[in-house]
Amino acid sequence: MTHPLLLSSALVGIVFSAIVIGGGLVFLLIRTLKAKEVDRRVIFLFIFVATALPILFPFTFSEEPTAIVKRVFDKIESLPAGSHVMLSFDFDPAMAPEVQPMANAITRHCLVKGDKVVFICAWATGQALLTQTLDNIVRKEFPDKKEGIDYVNLGYKAGNEGMMNVIVTNLRKMYPTDVNSIPLDSIPALEGVTSCRDMKLLVSMGGGYPGPKEWVLFVGDPGNVPVAAGAAAVSAPQLYPYYPKQLLGILGGVKGAAEYEYELAKRYPQFDKVDKPALKMMGPQTMAHIVVMVFIILANIAYFKGRKAGQK
Amino acid sequence: MDGVIMHHVALWTAAFLTLGIISFLYRDNAWYKFCEAVFIGISAGYWFVSYFWDNLYGKLWLGIFPTDPTQPPDYILLIGGALGVMMLLRLIPKIGWLSRWPLAFIVGATAGLNLIIYFASNVMVQVEDTIRPLFGANYAASAYDIVGNIVVAVGTFTALIYFFFSKEHKGAFGGAAKVGIFVLMVTFGASFGYTVMSRISLLLGRIDFLMGDWLGVIK
Repeated sequence: MTHPLLLSSALVGIVFSAIVIGGGLVFLLIRTLKAKEVDRRVIFLFIFVATALPILFPFTFSEEPTAIVKRVFDKIESLPAGSHVMLSFDFDPAMAPEVQPMANAITRHCLVKGDKVVFICAWATGQALLTQTLDNIVRKEFPDKKEGIDYVNLGYKAGNEGMMNVIVTNLRKMYPTDVNSIPLDSIPALEGVTSCRDMKLLVSMGGGYPGPKEWVLFVGDPGNVPVAAGAAAVSAPQLYPYYPKQLLGILGGVKGAAEYEYELAKRYPQFDKVDKPALKMMGPQTMAHIVVMVFIILANIAYFKGRKAGQK
Repeated sequence: MDGVIMHHVALWTAAFLTLGIISFLYRDNAWYKFCEAVFIGISAGYWFVSYFWDNLYGKLWLGIFPTDPTQPPDYILLIGGALGVMMLLRLIPKIGWLSRWPLAFIVGATAGLNLIIYFASNVMVQVEDTIRPLFGANYAASAYDIVGNIVVAVGTFTALIYFFFSKEHKGAFGGAAKVGIFVLMVTFGASFGYTVMSRISLLLGRIDFLMGDWLGVIK
């Protein structure tokens, strides 16, 4: 049940955004029809307003998961407790606004299901962002989960595909110890794990190089390990050819993350009250996309008007 | 107390740098250039330190001089170290040609490593997945899947025809090429939509930081 105050805030947000942005777009349409130029900074201002207003007056939508996201959710859901899941943090602060929410949601899901989570980073910058997930999600929301028993942080190793090529057959050769210099043989969470082939699922979260594609090519296919991707939207289209045969599923950008957050909260009500940044971002995303679409229409009107005037 | 002060210093520095980068949208200016230089400098420093401790110290040095007495030294790493030094010889023009050896090694090793894997995963499996069966005794596909499989096969084939320039795009061949253009345009449109979503997410991340963490206007 949504609180009446929240509902009114959302309503104010939608109405206020519609008036300000709609009014501005009508003004631009008039200028377009009069064949007057529009300064590019006006466009920037519009995008800023279209994203800032829904942040000030938040409104969210229900995000029913699409099949490509649901497959990742269902896979984790179907794993028996104690299964090993490898989560690779392959992103940097630039990708964090869209990739970190999915990393947090998948981490929550794995831990609540009782999976043994193996955190790893193929990007040096992923280590700091993994620490944020460990501090803000794992240690805060799952105080009963112990490092070394329920999860393990292997950290970052350089080598890109070289690193993957080694750990697909021998994890200890590349990672003799975890990030705290504890030998892997004395970590209970890794009992029975010799390589990535022992993982029941590998989720690569990133989108650059190395990322989901490299995990598919160097670990998923040769090691017969199910691989899923949480990708920054800009690189998600490049991953679609690998779905569904080589990639189990894809969380594409903030939309994929929002769908996952929604499904997780629906299935596990204890996550209903936790922060869901991706779902919060979908209001501003929708407004910004509407504005961009209107701009494309306006630009086309201006183009055809200009061409017609040129013919005369 | 120190922690609180440092937190505020970090917040204001981040806000200063964020606004500096965004100021470029108005016009190029000294504030933006300063922030850009800081970003590049910090990135280079971060990567240098990261590679130094992870590769040079963590792998090379500790590999040759292990701290664990039970672990034997791995002298084969000296070859990698020597190749690394040879790469830097580019800086000495007289013997700069030696830097071609490690480059040749990298190109050869990468090609050898990638050739089989890319051929197996990016060629064979991709071709197999492009032409999927529509019907079969052991194959259960819904009408949605069947239509999807046809679209993928026809889309790939016609897009390839568009890039075949040895024959004039006329008649049935030209018609197929036109379908190919349509498929390509849909692909570019989808990519553009995803790119917009990605860029808006970046902007949202920064606005969220400015309004939430810095100004405290939103929770």
